[in-house]
Amino acid sequence: MSSASTTAAAAPAQGRPRARGRHRDLRRFLLQRLGTGLVLCVGITLVAFVLTHVVPGDPAAANLGQRAIGDPAAVAAFRHQYGLDRPLPVQYVLYLKNLLHGNLGISEQSHRPVRADLAEYVPATIELALFAIVLSMVIGIGLGIVAAVFRDRWPDHLIRVLSLAGVSMPVFWIALVAFYLLFFKLGWLPGGGRLDPTQTAPTHLTGMFTVDAAVHGQWTLFWSALRHLLLPGLVLAIFTVGMLTRFTRASMLEIMGNDYVRAARLKGLPERVVILRHVLRPALVSIITVAGVAFGSLLSGTVLVENIFSWPGVGQYAYRSAVNLDLPAIMGVSLFVALVYIVVNLVVDLLYGVIDPRIRLS
Amino acid sequence: MTVPASAPLDPPDPVAAVARRRRLRPVTPAAWRRPLALTGLGVIGAWVVIAIFAPLIAPDNPLAQKFAILAPPSAAHWFGTDELGRDVFSRVLYGARITLPLAVILIIAAMIIGAVIGGIAGYFGGWVDNVLMRVADLVFAFPGIILALAIAAALGPQLRNAVIAVIFVSWPSYARLVRSLVLSARSAQYVVASRLLGASGPRILFTDIRPNAAGPVLVLAALDIGNAVLLLSGLSFLGLGAQPPTAEWGAMVAEGAQNFNDWWVGMFPGLAILTVVLAFNFIGDALRDMLDPRTARAVRNI
Amino acid sequence: MDELLRVEHLSVALPTRSGYHKAVDDLSFGVDAGEIMGIAGESGSGKTITALSLFGLLPPGARVTGSIRLDGTDLTALSGKQLRDVRGRQIAMVSQDPATALHPILPVGTQLIEHMRHHLGISKAEALSRAAGLLETVRIPDPEQALRSYPGQFSGGMRQRIAIAVALAAEPRLLVADEPTTALDVTVQAGILRLLDRLCRERGMAVIVITHDLGVMSATARRLFVMYAGRLAEAGPTSELLAHPRHPYTRGLLDALPQESGAPLVPIGGSPPSLGQVPAGCPFHPRCRYARPSCATDRPDPERVAEQHLLACPPDPLRATP
Repeated sequence: MSSASTTAAAAPAQGRPRARGRHRDLRRFLLQRLGTGLVLCVGITLVAFVLTHVVPGDPAAANLGQRAIGDPAAVAAFRHQYGLDRPLPVQYVLYLKNLLHGNLGISEQSHRPVRADLAEYVPATIELALFAIVLSMVIGIGLGIVAAVFRDRWPDHLIRVLSLAGVSMPVFWIALVAFYLLFFKLGWLPGGGRLDPTQTAPTHLTGMFTVDAAVHGQWTLFWSALRHLLLPGLVLAIFTVGMLTRFTRASMLEIMGNDYVRAARLKGLPERVVILRHVLRPALVSIITVAGVAFGSLLSGTVLVENIFSWPGVGQYAYRSAVNLDLPAIMGVSLFVALVYIVVNLVVDLLYGVIDPRIRLS
Repeated sequence: MTVPASAPLDPPDPVAAVARRRRLRPVTPAAWRRPLALTGLGVIGAWVVIAIFAPLIAPDNPLAQKFAILAPPSAAHWFGTDELGRDVFSRVLYGARITLPLAVILIIAAMIIGAVIGGIAGYFGGWVDNVLMRVADLVFAFPGIILALAIAAALGPQLRNAVIAVIFVSWPSYARLVRSLVLSARSAQYVVASRLLGASGPRILFTDIRPNAAGPVLVLAALDIGNAVLLLSGLSFLGLGAQPPTAEWGAMVAEGAQNFNDWWVGMFPGLAILTVVLAFNFIGDALRDMLDPRTARAVRNI
Repeated sequence: MDELLRVEHLSVALPTRSGYHKAVDDLSFGVDAGEIMGIAGESGSGKTITALSLFGLLPPGARVTGSIRLDGTDLTALSGKQLRDVRGRQIAMVSQDPATALHPILPVGTQLIEHMRHHLGISKAEALSRAAGLLETVRIPDPEQALRSYPGQFSGGMRQRIAIAVALAAEPRLLVADEPTTALDVTVQAGILRLLDRLCRERGMAVIVITHDLGVMSATARRLFVMYAGRLAEAGPTSELLAHPRHPYTRGLLDALPQESGAPLVPIGGSPPSLGQVPAGCPFHPRCRYARPSCATDRPDPERVAEQHLLACPPDPLRATP
């Protein structure tokens, strides 16, 4: 911690150079994070590569028919086509080279380029995940604040039990229960797919139907897409709402025990200001971290939820690829995951820098 | 994801920790005064009893396909029957014999593996620490079920492989926790004193650090065991864990998905999972509340 | 000088696992405008609880009896909203540890002006300019830059000065400084005390300095109030008390201070009683050199033994007059 005199000496007295200095800090901070992210990205592809090539399970056996597997020529041809007869490190390098050219290989299930598969499935999952994370944050953080403010009184107890139930529920089970009740029995919400069977997708922009429809003013499609999002999104959000509520509550309670919160009250500030400015802001740092982790767990959840609600997304694709040992597809999914990881990390780190100046300055 | 550098784990000074605990919280009730923890223990206890005595308690053989198909709950079959004419109630009871022991074994394995790796990383530091923690971060960052499903699929759809997959996905949190505990313990007064007295590395790890690390690790395990149950039954739901005709709860819910208008087939196994996970979470929460605030924060931040 | 604060028979009982226990027991004192008063005592003597009770910020469940009159208004009778109007505006507090009492992620400027604007209703520009002036008063260099900085960028002594500036921001009439120098280096302490003294004289503020360090008291406080186990032990003009301490506890505190003569330190044996463990009769008697059998049963009330000098200890012809 520098004393005020050295700080004054280090930063020039005028306004502009100091502002540039702050942006420089932020830029360097972000570049650093980006670098780490890329390294991790490569690492993830390596892990995926190792997993699929080293564990028992012969992709040739999984992908060739019963007859072909007995024919050594066919097997050899298959191997050669996919470079499976080259040494492992070479295979990995080849893969990376292809990657840089945007070639992710051909999926063995759909016989299309993996890139095309991903282009079709990724937006659906992103739409679902974004919907769920926004919902989770609004509800989760809100409930967490309420629980912290009403500590040990009945709202707190109720919220704690509910959030605990939320993180304890098997998502595939609650999905079925919700499906049964809200679609099958009550007919309030549609039971699957992104749109009604008779509707066609809105004009393509991002691949996310709600966004595309809204941008192009296709309001019937928008409402239909939104209604279809609701059930899987809500189910997906249950776990993360529970997680965020618990974490927000704990974070805020911890901060409320600090001297500076008492000092704020001693100044005679209204309670609302104390809670929002003095308690919530520092709490947001850890809460944002958890929200980032929550996004990861949301992606996990999509595997199960997409399955049940016939949502054509990466979750289903991942499942099918894993079961069929479709190597290019598995690698493609891993890359998707790695990219999501980098983006989420970046966003979280950016937000840290905005919320907590100590991180920016260190 | 890393915890921001601005919230490091300071060396745990026991005196300060106690003083801080007294100052920060008004009276925290001891474990036996918390109704939720007691409920949790009660529920787990009940399931353990069920698991042990299932052959005696269950009205029917869980594999016997001799009853009416898809019969709704009745006096004869409390939970109804499934699509192969088996008594759902018996299957749910027998399911405990699979889920409970496997979850416990799984968590213990992940805990040991993670603790060893984390302990080594924290103790030796330098590049060993870096490499090990990068690996842990990688595994941790990958969405659990996708990784688990890849492993389970690659190894073959079998319950044993699903367990291995979940262990692989779970160890990083223990590694990270143990590493941070070891790091902060290294600079703690009593370890420095030990070193000054000439104690060797392994001895310090064992006698000085382990007792202090054991508590938080066990709390993490208690909190994590619920997740392990969810992951394991999730994999079985997807067909990558328990194979038919095994009566495992996740697989049973999958059957329920096939026959969702016969709601009882999937409802009760799912409820069983819910009660077990909820109970473990009650216990884990209560245990964590008994830790001092700093360590509790470390456990929560994993 | 006019009396600004008058505390009469203040008692604060706190809930513990074994029931309610008094942290402050029948305390009465007054503070004049423009004077610095010191409250001395070891940890656990009830000093901080006394300070917090002035603000109505006691732990939940605390029971308060007695009256606290600030310029005639009884603070114990005020509603929550009225109390919030008093806090910061009429009375302000400087807490013990500036490292934890200043908000780590709000800029110094915000911390200075937020309550200033709330209480005084002035514009942001006006508030910032007054804030810069306050920082100058407490001798923080380059106030404009400091307003934009964060507490973590300053040293301990600077942070305490900023904390004092924060306390002064809404122009309070009474400042309560809880252990203002305890967390600081000895070399920095003198500066802080001089600052408090100057502010008191320049603004006609009343200041209560709470500390366990009698050395600090001797430099600043005009009157001294020694507390033990939530009760008054001895009170009077500082010079008088330090030269002729009559309560064995006060004598013990003085004897425990390092002397210029290099004489050996004489500690007070034992430790102060914790909440709920206060002995019957005189609370100090288990540790008192001069204790008589009656001290275990008769609780001494404060009595006037000289002009302005109160003492809660029975007179004893056999005890040598110091």
